[in-house]
Amino acid sequence: MTPTVTTILYAALVIGAIGMIAAVILYFVSKAFKVIEDPRIDEVAEHLPGANCGGCGFAGCRALAEAIVKANTLDGYKCPAGGDMKAIAAVMGLEAAETEPMVAVVRCNGSCENAPAKVKYDSALSCQFATSIYAGESACPFGCLGCGDCVKACKFDAIHIDDTTGLPVVDEEKCVGCGACAKTCPRKVIEIRLKGKLGRRVFVSCVNKEKGAAARKNCSAACIGCGKCAKTCPFEAITVENNLAYIDFTKCKSCRKCVAECPTGAIHAVNFPPKKEAPAAPAEKPAAPAETSTPASEQ
Amino acid sequence: MKTFKIGGIHPEENKLAKEQSVEIFPIPKQVTVFLTQHLGAPSVPQVQKGDKVKVGQLIGKAEAFICANVHSPVSGTVAKIEPVADFLGYKKDAVVIDVEGDEWAEGIDTSSELKKDITLTKQEIIDRMKACGIVGLGGACFPTHVKYMVPPDKQVDYLLINAAECEPYITVDYRMMLERADEVMVGIEAMLIASGAPVAMIGVEANKPDAIAHLTKVAANYKNIQVVELKTKYPQGAEKQLIKALTGRSVPNGKLPIEVGCIVNNIATAFAIYEAVQKNKPIIETFTTVSGKSLKNLKNYRVRIGTCINDILNAVGVPEDTGKIISGGPMMGKAISNLNAFTVKGMSSLLLMTEKESKRGEVYECLRCGKCVHACPMGLEPYMLHAFTDLQRYEDCEKYGIMNCIECGSCSFGCPSNRPILDMIRVGKNKTGAMIRARK
Repeated sequence: MTPTVTTILYAALVIGAIGMIAAVILYFVSKAFKVIEDPRIDEVAEHLPGANCGGCGFAGCRALAEAIVKANTLDGYKCPAGGDMKAIAAVMGLEAAETEPMVAVVRCNGSCENAPAKVKYDSALSCQFATSIYAGESACPFGCLGCGDCVKACKFDAIHIDDTTGLPVVDEEKCVGCGACAKTCPRKVIEIRLKGKLGRRVFVSCVNKEKGAAARKNCSAACIGCGKCAKTCPFEAITVENNLAYIDFTKCKSCRKCVAECPTGAIHAVNFPPKKEAPAAPAEKPAAPAETSTPASEQ
Repeated sequence: MKTFKIGGIHPEENKLAKEQSVEIFPIPKQVTVFLTQHLGAPSVPQVQKGDKVKVGQLIGKAEAFICANVHSPVSGTVAKIEPVADFLGYKKDAVVIDVEGDEWAEGIDTSSELKKDITLTKQEIIDRMKACGIVGLGGACFPTHVKYMVPPDKQVDYLLINAAECEPYITVDYRMMLERADEVMVGIEAMLIASGAPVAMIGVEANKPDAIAHLTKVAANYKNIQVVELKTKYPQGAEKQLIKALTGRSVPNGKLPIEVGCIVNNIATAFAIYEAVQKNKPIIETFTTVSGKSLKNLKNYRVRIGTCINDILNAVGVPEDTGKIISGGPMMGKAISNLNAFTVKGMSSLLLMTEKESKRGEVYECLRCGKCVHACPMGLEPYMLHAFTDLQRYEDCEKYGIMNCIECGSCSFGCPSNRPILDMIRVGKNKTGAMIRARK
């Protein structure tokens, strides 16, 4: 054999030998340090939306999947953003709890019309910043500032500022109730409430805790804390605290008596059919929404 | 000429009201005195509705550690105690007093004669500062007596008096130097006793040569008070920058001036301490410049605390082209969104900006030109802090030293893209601070 051929042969043998030895070492190392990952984590994660919105309270969808598999229960673990909890329950061999869809509700009536601007804001478009330098264009220290921190926080493109009112509007089709907007709002104007049957719900659209006269001075549709709604409510769902009424959505039966009673129009009822049909509705209503509200209180 | 080393800017000085000597603003018919006029906890009301009060009577008592007493600026009857909107529009507890005559509480010397000899001891002076509700009148309104409670292992080498008045437009400190130099010197003597410092230095920017000359003349009678001329550069009057300029010492990040043996007070505070120590007079008035480019009636007022801002504006007449009214200077002041608010301690200026001047330009993308980095007197990278805040990356904000920002506004001042850099940094600082506190 010529020297060149020998060199090639040696090289091939040496490389081959190193490869063999490395393969043997790797084989044993992989045996010794094997990471056993529950295959169910991947399966659970497949049924989550993958938006990593954080609405469940975990860092992302996979973190929720890991937590569910580790806890081996669905109690307290829930994807609010449209994850298929039934499919997840099937993967886990558990029973899925019935859950009611939630939705973000903007509790402020301070539109350009109801609460006319007294000053003009020209600084950074950030509610977080605006709240640190002034009470708001209408001078209401509780209301929406309209700089759109909630719009930026939403991962589902479900909330937008309405140009005519200056207030954020929630797109109910898209909103999954993850609560990212409610968390970011420095004024705590947005609340996550029960979506209600057919999206019908009643809420106090104001968070102003000032006394009546002071609240009305800045906004014609502010809650003045008069308490008429609380007296009218047959289900004791309304409480008035710090000059502000609040409707407990787990108790509300959507009878809408309070809406007519409110002197400032601060209570809103949405997605109900037009007023004329109202007389027929109350008969069945107390029964129907009761179904929807019971599971919610169990959660 | 002495100055701080890094950053700084040169805004238009616009000391328009410098020739106007201080006038006493008439006592209004009703005053509204906020119970929080300082940094820290609110004071606790000591009067009730219907009580008769005299000028200088204690109406709000400091019960927390960082808190200051509040006194009645007028004599009359307490009409009500209720939350009232401050100049930002937020409600704070306040005492509303209907004015009747001008009767002073006992023990207050109302004569204008200069009292030179200080009879009080070190502790008595500090107690008097606390009793008279003295706060830092440079703007932050930090309770002064707390500054003088020096920890036993620390020693005060320098007492520094900030008379730089580096904010444009404001001229009250300048007027004080010309009109009240004698009183200020006695005040500084009292502060020297209280702090135990061997020497006091008054730092004045070079754009006020007549004030420097007058102060130097008066200070010649006091062997341990020096007047130092400083370069005219913003923010010369910021605490850390003043210490660097006068002593060459650098305050470590996150520490107080006492760490490098310094106490810094504003010259207006020195005057208030003179009145407290020698006359037993609490802070019931504030010195306020009313200025603006299109304002004809420029004024330096001495106003009773609790006077309605609108009354002051009506007295000077607001020009038609006013776009924004600011409490404090144009660099660090805050825009007033509620004109029916009331004067407080340390409200050193009411600035009437013209429409043109107050308008923010259109915001463009960051050019990475580095002007803000060059301007920052704390050696930070403002454009990065702006970006990190935008991305909500507060860990990175902390790493890039956002907590060292003194909010002087030098970064926003020169930005060619008109970016609201300081606005965003303030948000980031707030969030990062909360994150750090939550960690503990």
